[in-house]
Amino acid sequence: MRRHALTAALLLALPAVAGEIGQAERRSGFDFMGPDTQALQRDDTANPGLLWVDEGAALWTRKEGAAGRACADCHGDAAESMRGVAARYPAYDAGLGRPLDLEQRINRCRATHQQSPPLAHESRELLALTAFVAHQSRGLPVAPDPDPRMEPFREHGRQLFHRREGQLDLACSQCHDDHWGRRLAGNPIPQGHPTAYPLYRLEWQGLGSLQRRFRNCQTATRAEPYAYGSAEYVDLAAYLMERARGLPVETPGVRP
Amino acid sequence: MARPRINVPSTARRGEIVEIKTLIAHPMETGFRPDESGRLRPRDIIHTFVCTLNGEEVFRAELFPAITANPFIAFTMVATESGDLAFHWTDDHGTTQTETVRITVT
Repeated sequence: MRRHALTAALLLALPAVAGEIGQAERRSGFDFMGPDTQALQRDDTANPGLLWVDEGAALWTRKEGAAGRACADCHGDAAESMRGVAARYPAYDAGLGRPLDLEQRINRCRATHQQSPPLAHESRELLALTAFVAHQSRGLPVAPDPDPRMEPFREHGRQLFHRREGQLDLACSQCHDDHWGRRLAGNPIPQGHPTAYPLYRLEWQGLGSLQRRFRNCQTATRAEPYAYGSAEYVDLAAYLMERARGLPVETPGVRP
Repeated sequence: MARPRINVPSTARRGEIVEIKTLIAHPMETGFRPDESGRLRPRDIIHTFVCTLNGEEVFRAELFPAITANPFIAFTMVATESGDLAFHWTDDHGTTQTETVRITVT
């Protein structure tokens, strides 16, 4: 009887051993992939994500909306003006009083400066523009927005990350903090760093956003996903970027 | 079809084996997948890829529904003469996308 109680106590104590991932242990999902998929991401001719980056480059200079202005008319050369932006986002927007992710920032720019309707989430154009902007930060270390007003949103994201949900009653942290490097149904569990988005998933046969990935994970735990563009996803992304601080931006990544 | 990405060495020595890599955006819809209403989405794939050097065919590929979206095709050839490498992708709509890249053989 006493032995059973002791075993139960040990089992309960186990999850407490694993915790948040230290700076030295942080590894991109890239490191968990097979050599073939890694080669696909490394080679700019083979990486299909670059097709979207090319398309984004064309959209960057295309005049849009009632204002008849292109992104380039305000921001100029993206290699200069957009460098480091993706390493910082989601960033605080003083006008809205909350953080915006890159997709929302692009749509806000469209509304205010181009007077054109927002692009739909996961639409080819929005993915292309986001990939193009994020690509300008490739290789730079993730450095989240230092604005102190980001703190409560990041904290909310942290709570979401550690909250159990869905019929399987799983929290993000149970896989990505406690069991990374082990296997789930034959596939390695990565640490869950959002440093390569938007990325090309071989499974998707196309480019997808971080929110699409969130929704996949939630469906897999049989939880109800939030809507695209919801505050929960932006807060979660803000927390994950803080958690990935220092890792290089890889956009556009390739994942199996 | 959007603009493809092509990687050809700009110069090569005569007799050298050069690798040519191409990537093009295409949905490669198999014709076996139903849409939201349950009807099959019509097949839309690139079925032929041809590469010519100065008009002479150097490589040809037939593609089938099992080939991935955004097909990546890489092949090698022996560099024999300078000229224009022309790449043609033809899909089920009858659309042909053509790109030309210059290669100089010394």
